[in-house]
Parts: sequence; C-alpha cells; structure tokens
Amino acid sequence: MLDFEKPIAELEAKLSDMTKIASESGVNMDETIKSLENKIEDLKKDTFANLTRWQRVQLSRHPDRPYTLDYIYELTDDFVELHGDRSVSDDKAMVGGFGTISGKTYMLIGQQKGRNTKQRQMRNFGMANPEGYRKALRLMKLAEKFNKPIITFIDTPGAFPGIEAEERGQGEAIAKNLREMFMLKVPVICLIIGEGASGGALGIGIGDRVLMLENTWYSVISPESCSSILWRSWDYKEQAAEALKLTAGDMKSFKMIDGIVKEPLGGAHTDFKKMSSTLKRTITKTTNELETLTPEERINQRIDKFSQMGVFNE
Amino acid sequence: MAWFTRKDKGIRTPTEAKKEAPDGIWYKTPSGKIVHMRELKSNSYVSPEDGYHVRIGSEEYFEILFDNNKFTELDPEMTSADPLDFVDTKPYPSRIKQSQAKTDLKDAVRTAHGKIDGLDLCVACMDFNFIGGSMGSVVGEKIARAIDYSLKNKVPFLMISKSGGARMMEAGFSLMQMGKTSAKLALLDKAGIPFVSLLTDPTTGGVTASFAMLGDFNISEPGALIGFAGPRVIRETIGKDLPKGFQSAEFVLEHGFLDFIVDRRNLKRRLVTLLKMLNEEKAETKKEAKKVEKKESASR
Repeated sequence: MLDFEKPIAELEAKLSDMTKIASESGVNMDETIKSLENKIEDLKKDTFANLTRWQRVQLSRHPDRPYTLDYIYELTDDFVELHGDRSVSDDKAMVGGFGTISGKTYMLIGQQKGRNTKQRQMRNFGMANPEGYRKALRLMKLAEKFNKPIITFIDTPGAFPGIEAEERGQGEAIAKNLREMFMLKVPVICLIIGEGASGGALGIGIGDRVLMLENTWYSVISPESCSSILWRSWDYKEQAAEALKLTAGDMKSFKMIDGIVKEPLGGAHTDFKKMSSTLKRTITKTTNELETLTPEERINQRIDKFSQMGVFNE
Repeated sequence: MAWFTRKDKGIRTPTEAKKEAPDGIWYKTPSGKIVHMRELKSNSYVSPEDGYHVRIGSEEYFEILFDNNKFTELDPEMTSADPLDFVDTKPYPSRIKQSQAKTDLKDAVRTAHGKIDGLDLCVACMDFNFIGGSMGSVVGEKIARAIDYSLKNKVPFLMISKSGGARMMEAGFSLMQMGKTSAKLALLDKAGIPFVSLLTDPTTGGVTASFAMLGDFNISEPGALIGFAGPRVIRETIGKDLPKGFQSAEFVLEHGFLDFIVDRRNLKRRLVTLLKMLNEEKAETKKEAKKVEKKESASR
C-alpha cells in the first residue's frame, strides 16, 4: 500500500467494522455509515485530484496494478499467444499474440511484469532483451501480413541493460522497431498502462494513436536515475519527477501523446473490470476511426506527428 | 669563480607574472605517446605512433571530409528552447549558455552539405563537447532536416554520431527525437538513398537505439565505445565486472552490428569508394542520357 492510500484504507477499515457491528447488534447506524462513506469518497477525490507527479509514478508501479496479460485476458474472447523471435529465444518480458475483442481480431503485444519473486525473475521485471523487441517486430509484421490492427501495451522500467543484451544489439533492435513501425500498413494503437521508460518503451511505442492511462508516466529516464545523474544522489526522485514532467497530463499538453484514458478513482487496480471496459471501448472506437483512413494516410500522419515533436529557437 | 653567479637572493615571481608554456601545442595519448598538435592535425587527429584516434568534433570532421573544407551549413542558428522550464542543480538555459560559450557551438550537432571527392554528400556530425553530445529537440530537428535535404536532393546521407544519448533536460521531447529521426530514415530507406552511419567514440543510449544503428552501412573507428546502456549502468545492474574490450567497436563488429572499422586517415577514401560503387548506376544512366542527347543532336 502506498503512503497516500493509507488514510483511505484506514477509513475503509473503520467502515467495514461499523457495518459489521451494525449488522451484528441490529442497531441502526445507517446515518453514521452514510456519512463515513461520503467522507471516504471525498477523501479519495481530494487525494487523487491532487496527486504529485511522484505519486503518479508510485501508482504506475503499484504492486496490484494490472499488467499486460491481465488486460489481454480480460479484453479478449480468444487469445492465442505466440512465442519467439525465430533467432535467439523467446523473451518472456515481451508477450504477444492474436486475440479477438468484440469479435474483431487484433495483434496484442506488450511488456509483461511479474507478480511475485519467481514471476518477476521469469519476466525480468518487464525489461526486454533484444530478442523481445525482435519478437514484437515479427508479430507486428504478421499482423500487417494478415491485415490486423496492432495494440501495444507499454509497461517497462526500461530495456534490459546486460552483457548479452549488448552482444545481441539492444540498440539496433530498438532502432529497427522505430523505423519499421512507421511503415506498418495496419493501424497501430499504443497504450501506456504503467511505466513508459525511455527507449525500452518507445521500442513498441510508435503508433497512430499513443494513449496514456491516467496514472502512468512516460519519459526519457526514470526519476530515480535522473536524480542519480543530475543531482548525484538517489534522494531527489520527487524533484526529478517534477522536473521531467512525465505524467499523462504533461505529455498530452506537450502533444507527445494523443490522449489520456481515465482510470477509476483510486487507480486502475481498485476497479480492474471498470478499467478494462473503458479500455475496450477506447480500443474499438480508436480502431474504427483509424480504419477510415487508407494505409498511406495513416503512415503519413504517423510520420508527420512525430516529425512535429520538439521545441527550439531559430 | 663560477661562470654564473646569482646576484639577487630569494627571487619570487608573482603568479600573474609567470609565463606558462602555451596549452594545446602537444598532445599526449592514453598510452603516453607525445605528438605535436600540428602533426596530429595533418594526420586526421590520429596519433602516428600508436594509432590512437583523438576525439574530434564537427569542425575537424568537416575539414577531413569536404573537398577544400568547402561546405554549406544547414540551420546554423538553431538553438535549444527550454520547454519544460527544467531546473536541476542549475537551470537548463544557463547550462546551454555555458556550453555555447565554452565550445563556440550552438548545440550538439552540425549539419552541412558539400562535395567529397566531387560527390555530393549531406553530413550531420555530433559534438561531444556540447553537454556530452546529448540529443534534445535541436539535435533531432537538425538531423531530421538534414535527412530531408538528402531526400529532396537525392544525396547520400552520412551521420557521424558521438553522444551519451538523449538529453535529460528536455525529457519526453528528447525521447521523441528518436522517433522523429527514425521516421525520416524510414523515408530515406524507402527512397533508396544511401545512409552511412559512422559511430565514433562514444556512441551510447538513445542515439545508438535510433539513427546511429540504422545505417545501410554502420561503420566505426578503432577503439570507439559503442553501446545501448553505458558500462557503468550495466556493471551496477549485473553486479559484475565487464569483460575486457566490451562495447568496443571491435566487439560490436565481432557481434555483427558493424560493417567495418576504418582508420580515420582512410575514412574519406573508403567512403568515396563505397559511394562511387553505389553511384555507378546513376553514372551509367547519365552516360546513357548523354549518348541519347548526342544521337538526337546528330540526327537533327
């Protein structure tokens, strides 16, 4: 539980105690219960309307936060997971496959984090190796071949910085994805569902629509690493988060993303069903919009959009 | 009597009156070889004794490559804005100003077109001295426009990378420059215009993970550091020392991500040889066209 969630949880515990006492003793406490419920609602609204950037970063990493496969299983009627990059191995930090959402087939790809120690190790904390990016590209090309729209789920603390990753060309793998994604003929929607850290996120993040969930972050570096480099200490992460302006609201105002997907009050993890149905509607609506364009129009708009990004004097 | 006798005792020269040997006349390589700057310059900034490639910037590369050092610079006045009002230990604009004063550069890349051995070429060359060659909006935009120039004029593009990666002070904007430059390179690729990427010491981070690795030809200089994650980050992540030569150009070549490593003294010649091979067809069509012209004028 996060610090700013605690006061809410305390009141909720009090509420459940009170309800229990009321039902056991038969005393009418409706009014008190009602007022406590209102108090909780107000506190939630107040807390979540005024989150600092660092608090949003914390929410994006909440241990109960839904991960890529949680969404995929919830959103799809059928899902066929596909494995491997056909060259080195199957990267378990990057998952993907064909799935149907409301009767329509999509290619769904994303970084996958683990829920417990064992899973986290298997998923490498959601940090893909080059073969993960190459697997993602292979699946995107498959989607293009069979004319299916692509949805990517971005949730990574970064591409993995390891010896083997360097030997197998982490930089080249990401670079190639960037270039190739611009030329994909099918619609591409990118959803940032948790952490969007740097090149590791962008490696599956070139889309016709890039959308961020309300409590996620997307930037060139994590606040912790930024703090350690610029302040030469790990203690300035809150300031770094503020300076980086990495929230969905920030990124939307700078036109670096196309939209924000609203989360349930308290965050995606507090009402997973509601979050999923919002996402489902968003995916269907956005895909329909994109399918009114020709592949050439989509490619041109995709390239133009990214070409506009940047602020300078001349 | 001695041939020289000190007349005054206890001579003290005040610091401001001391004359120093002028800086920058001699260069000492990491292996300890000493070379005169003039000699170094005439040797493409490669130490003649041990082949050490000194880190150089756009000014030197342009001089090495362009015929008679003649070129037209693109967007020479473009400078960084401060879209995020970024302040760490000091405000971003003052960092920029400081770097500009120190380096006499506007930002971390310069772009130009000109001729090398008579062939047209558009070059973007990064300057590591400017905030570690970091990529922000200016670097991304200037490279994008240089690629636009190549596209429009059907001129081969040479990217000389030398960078620690994306510039933190422009956060998301820096990240998106990876996308922007890759988008332009996708167009260049589609148009069939040659793109040579020269990765020089050091090339890491977001630069490696975008344009630097996308060349039709990825080439490098001896001993250059090339990688995605910096060595320090990797060491901290895996908690082990890194093998000798890890992330050197030779290592990257061995793992299949470079086409060749070229001694800087041969850089221009190798580039010209390669570009002429690719240009063969064009030369042929030009000849054909001339023949047709001649025939036409003859028949008239």
